[in-house]
Amino acid sequence: MKVASRLGGRVNKHGALLPVALMVLLSLMNRSALAVIETYEFSDPSLEARYHQLSQELRCPKCQNQNIADSNAPISRDLRALLHQQLEDGASDQEILDFMVARYGEFVRYRPGLDPNTLVLWGGPAVLTLMGIAGLGWHLSRRRRAPASPVVTEHEREALRARLRDLEAKESQ
Amino acid sequence: MRRVKLFLPLVVFALLGALLFRGLSLDPTALPSALLGAPMPEFNLAELNRRESITKDDLVGKPMLVNVWATWCYSCRVEHPYLLELAEAGIPIVGLNYKDEPEKARQWLVDLGDPYTTVLSDTEGRLGLDLGVYGAPETYVVDAEGVVRHRHVGVVNEQVWLNDLASFFTDMPAGAVQ
Repeated sequence: MKVASRLGGRVNKHGALLPVALMVLLSLMNRSALAVIETYEFSDPSLEARYHQLSQELRCPKCQNQNIADSNAPISRDLRALLHQQLEDGASDQEILDFMVARYGEFVRYRPGLDPNTLVLWGGPAVLTLMGIAGLGWHLSRRRRAPASPVVTEHEREALRARLRDLEAKESQ
Repeated sequence: MRRVKLFLPLVVFALLGALLFRGLSLDPTALPSALLGAPMPEFNLAELNRRESITKDDLVGKPMLVNVWATWCYSCRVEHPYLLELAEAGIPIVGLNYKDEPEKARQWLVDLGDPYTTVLSDTEGRLGLDLGVYGAPETYVVDAEGVVRHRHVGVVNEQVWLNDLASFFTDMPAGAVQ
């Protein structure tokens, strides 16, 4: 409501230009969004759910950091068509992933299997966390073992006492 | 101990620098073929010009290049003259016309010259899919036993030939194309 009234306020100032421009922009956006990704009919809603899940997990070989659900590359379109067909043919998730990996390598999965190449990827975070914990433990134990150094030395303490005496003497005058 | 600690940031910097410097010379788009060392997939496709069907067994027997191309692919036009040079020197190049219209492809070969010993017409992209092709041009080295030895993604030029491809053809008289 607030937005509408604010838009109305603008109309008074600038005529009907702003709402018209907005409408034109919005209609353009809709059309291009529809043109990017085609739609598929599924014989079963569960197939559609698996289609979405797998197309998010499969990575576009051409465009590096997009999954095939988001990518507009021709190869992604082909892989989506293939995925749809394989799901309708009754292939299991594992069969589909194996099929893709056999052709495009582990690269094609955003959750690659564990093998010597992906060991660092899978083990890295755990190793770094352990290293962090070990470092923290080492640091803490070293601090506990170190003799507690007095915050105020005996010499300073004496100086403070002297100053306190001075102040008290001034106060009593 | 304290002295040594002072140099720790320098060491970290040096390691990080080495890592990032290495990254500069790596090509993040280079994707090793999943088929390296594996036999080329079986296929049965129409020959573009002769209109007979070709299977893997018809081609295997000597090392060859398998070049994935299409008329819609601009870079294919760029690499085409160099393929003609390689063919001239006696390197067997099998063309894989990938997701293309045969009519247009035939016209392309008439207009620009035909470097291919055989052109497979893969209009549906089935063999392309089995090979793991994700764009054109791509060029594969298939050895005499029909095993995929190398994949190059992108334009084949003299530098690519000399650095990556020529070594697979040293047994052939034309192995050292200059």
